[in-house]
Amino acid sequence: MTPALNYDNKDGSDNKYGSQHRWLLSSLLIAIVLLSLAPSLRLLFEALSDLTQGRQSPLWQVLNSASTWRALWHSLYTSGLGMLIALILGSLFAFAITLTNVRGKAWLVFCFMLPMMIPPQVTALSWLQLFGPASPLLKSIGMAPPLGSPQPLYSAEGIALLLGIQSAPLVFLALRTSLLSLPQELIEAARISGAKQTQVWGHIILPVTRSGLIAGGAMAFISSLGNFGIPAMLGIPAGYYVLPTLIYQRMANFGTGVLAEMAALSLLIGLLALAGVALQQQLMNRSRFGLGGHSGRSHDFTLGSWRSLVTATLVGILLIILVAPLLALIISSLVPAMGVPLNAETATLNAYAEVMGRQGATWRAVNNSLWLAGSAAVVLMLLSLPLAYRLQRLPERWRGVVLSAIEIPYALPGVVLAIACILLFVRPLPIINVALYGTLGLIFIAYLARFLVVCVKPVAASLAQLDPSLEEAAQLAGAGPWRRLGSIILPLVAPALFAGGLLVFLLAVNELTVSALLWSAGNETLGVLIFNLDEGGESVLASAVSVLVVIMVASLMLTLSLLAPRLPKGVIPWQS
Amino acid sequence: MAELGMAVPSSAGLSIDRVTKRFGEQTAVDALSLTINPGEFVALLGPSGCGKTTMLRMLAGFETINDGTIQLANRTLASADTHVPPEQRNMAMVFQSYALWPHMSVADNVGYPVKLRGLRGAAYHQKVQQALALVELDAYADRMPQALSGGQRQRVALARCLVSDPSVVLLDEPLANLDRHLRATMEHSFRDFHRRTGATLVYVTHDQTEAMALADKIAVMKAGKLVQWGAPETLYRQPRTAWVAGFIGQGSQLRVAAGHPGKLLEGAALMRGLNTIKSERTQSVLVRPEHIQISAAPASSATPIHNQLAAQVENVIFRGERYELSLRLPSGEILLAYHHTAPDLGSQVAVDLQQGWCLEPEQ
Repeated sequence: MTPALNYDNKDGSDNKYGSQHRWLLSSLLIAIVLLSLAPSLRLLFEALSDLTQGRQSPLWQVLNSASTWRALWHSLYTSGLGMLIALILGSLFAFAITLTNVRGKAWLVFCFMLPMMIPPQVTALSWLQLFGPASPLLKSIGMAPPLGSPQPLYSAEGIALLLGIQSAPLVFLALRTSLLSLPQELIEAARISGAKQTQVWGHIILPVTRSGLIAGGAMAFISSLGNFGIPAMLGIPAGYYVLPTLIYQRMANFGTGVLAEMAALSLLIGLLALAGVALQQQLMNRSRFGLGGHSGRSHDFTLGSWRSLVTATLVGILLIILVAPLLALIISSLVPAMGVPLNAETATLNAYAEVMGRQGATWRAVNNSLWLAGSAAVVLMLLSLPLAYRLQRLPERWRGVVLSAIEIPYALPGVVLAIACILLFVRPLPIINVALYGTLGLIFIAYLARFLVVCVKPVAASLAQLDPSLEEAAQLAGAGPWRRLGSIILPLVAPALFAGGLLVFLLAVNELTVSALLWSAGNETLGVLIFNLDEGGESVLASAVSVLVVIMVASLMLTLSLLAPRLPKGVIPWQS
Repeated sequence: MAELGMAVPSSAGLSIDRVTKRFGEQTAVDALSLTINPGEFVALLGPSGCGKTTMLRMLAGFETINDGTIQLANRTLASADTHVPPEQRNMAMVFQSYALWPHMSVADNVGYPVKLRGLRGAAYHQKVQQALALVELDAYADRMPQALSGGQRQRVALARCLVSDPSVVLLDEPLANLDRHLRATMEHSFRDFHRRTGATLVYVTHDQTEAMALADKIAVMKAGKLVQWGAPETLYRQPRTAWVAGFIGQGSQLRVAAGHPGKLLEGAALMRGLNTIKSERTQSVLVRPEHIQISAAPASSATPIHNQLAAQVENVIFRGERYELSLRLPSGEILLAYHHTAPDLGSQVAVDLQQGWCLEPEQ
């Protein structure tokens, strides 16, 4: 008798058997890794290529220019100060919400996380509407400073304040994760040994969560370093340049002629950011080490008579950092022109009619952004499932390498990725001879590279949680690889896949940093539109667009929050 | 692949020949050979880490093998250079976690294997209905698995196994997650399932009572090697080594100066062998508690009757139907015995050993 079906298995050492589907998935994986690395490698090559020219090389020139060092100092100063503000705000909220019994935790968390998802240019715009002589809010309540007095936010400290508010949720999340992984028993053991609540804090909680705090600080610093929207809206009018805005300004003034120098500058920020990421990941790993026991619960320290006071403090802070600026933004969108106070006679919806009704640049930008974000989300969802599926079957060490590779375009500051993409595509593509530079296609490709990891991570997390026997049972039942992927795996990871797609859409639709350098007339995005309207003095229109953006962001976040019970932990960035 | 209803024997014999599996440096299964007859209920028994689950996963095809062959009714499923993927082996498996697909109803879960074999319409529904009826879950067809209790999920997993008439059904510690009461019920449904389907069953467990209660034959494994292969009665009465004797059933191991490995010692020979000086007592013998008779101690323990030993009661445990006694013999060895009353701690009793089984020395 002959064996019915033989499958050659040359590599008898592992338990996977070669077949067509594995080859396809592996090639997809390799292609994606190479494409993710291509922009960064191109940038590295460009920045280092002319080193032989000595003093004439772009890197040497950039390093010798006073403006580079000034911008670097500005970057470090604003990001450092921003990190401090983020640490104070973030740890206050993390400790209060995770460890005590304050009221309305779910809403406090949602509102505190909102600034992270609101695009930076909208944050900057709303704060600009809150202060200064032309503020419609201050005009309306008769508290506006006299005309000609300076806008206090056009300063290094103003930039740092907004950077701090925007990145405080990162500190909050890192600290909250580390607090939630603190087993209840550790605290109970300390209490039974005779420690008072305050002693438990000093002896147990702070030491155990210290690395979470440092990691959160590092994340806030990196995120501030790469932020473009806030220093662009607040710094450029005051002539205060940080590294990303310096690159933007040079590119706006001199175009692709200074690409080599800009590549060298980008390398500088890129290395700074990647060093920060490495530091932060190391600390995160350390903060997670072997804490056994029951974790994942909040520790309800009773605040007693302090409960209302603490709740009121948190609400008060949220009123200042979130509600007041948004209120100013809404008021600005309802007045006929800047400087006019809002009252029953002046209130008008003209700005919204202009934004929604006219078929001008505004509508085109909204259209562009929706298309770009929508198709990026769809394409990435399609790629993520096979990619994560193959990734799951890699040895752990290789899985880490691949994840790092696809993480790079996301971890790099947007300006750096944009410069890298310009370098890669400034000449027409060989063979097919298609020029991508100056088209929406380039922005699309940059979005795919940047947000791939955002979509893959939830899917990978969901796959990792899946009991492998679910797939094995289908295999024994007679289902081949594609069949299993479609009828077993896909339905089970669908919520995570959908969440990943929504996250990509949320991030891409408001994206400014990458598109600020890649856009061209006719190809504006929503992020660029707000920036351009404000620069052109159309603050009212910019406010109206921004209000619509905030509404969209908040409703997408709510949709994702509703999905949360069906998702693995940590998929939704504002929940842990 | 076997089409449903084709003239493929619903159960087939498995022949495992010198199968070896290495994970890097470590050898998980070492040259294991077993011949399993069609329709046999076989248990792979051993402590955790002995390689029994790896063996089961090699049978299913989730792991390749490094050496040896696995044949199913003369068809080679796996060897060093052959590997039939699991989906083409016509096997079924009950997983420790049941592995019910949470996005499918009970009926869809059970029907999935036959749907893949192209069955549709009335024939499909009938097949699913039959399978569910066999595990008495026909009323639950439209429920989702999450809405079922542990025992019911277990039975859905069983129904999913039998629906496609597999050649072999594999069970991976299926009772590990259930409470004691449910275990007894499920043991009954496994026996029932085996009787009704006549399928070849391979059952992995670390629980010797479970294996003894269910299987026709048991393969006892230790550190990747087969230690003994036989019917439950054989393993209990004639364990090969001291380790198997200790792993299966209760009993005491004494040193005697009589017999040789694989021999049964009758009472008189056993007692003679025990009453020898220590240096001559080199043979290990297993004495089961049911082969020990206890009577009140003779008036003077200094003059033992030739067929009895004096022993001191060290511990008494009430087990419901009887008492379990730990007795210390004059040689210092501990003897486990049953009795219907509880003697006082520290009192002397007379012990009569009826038979003992001589064991191989441990390597």
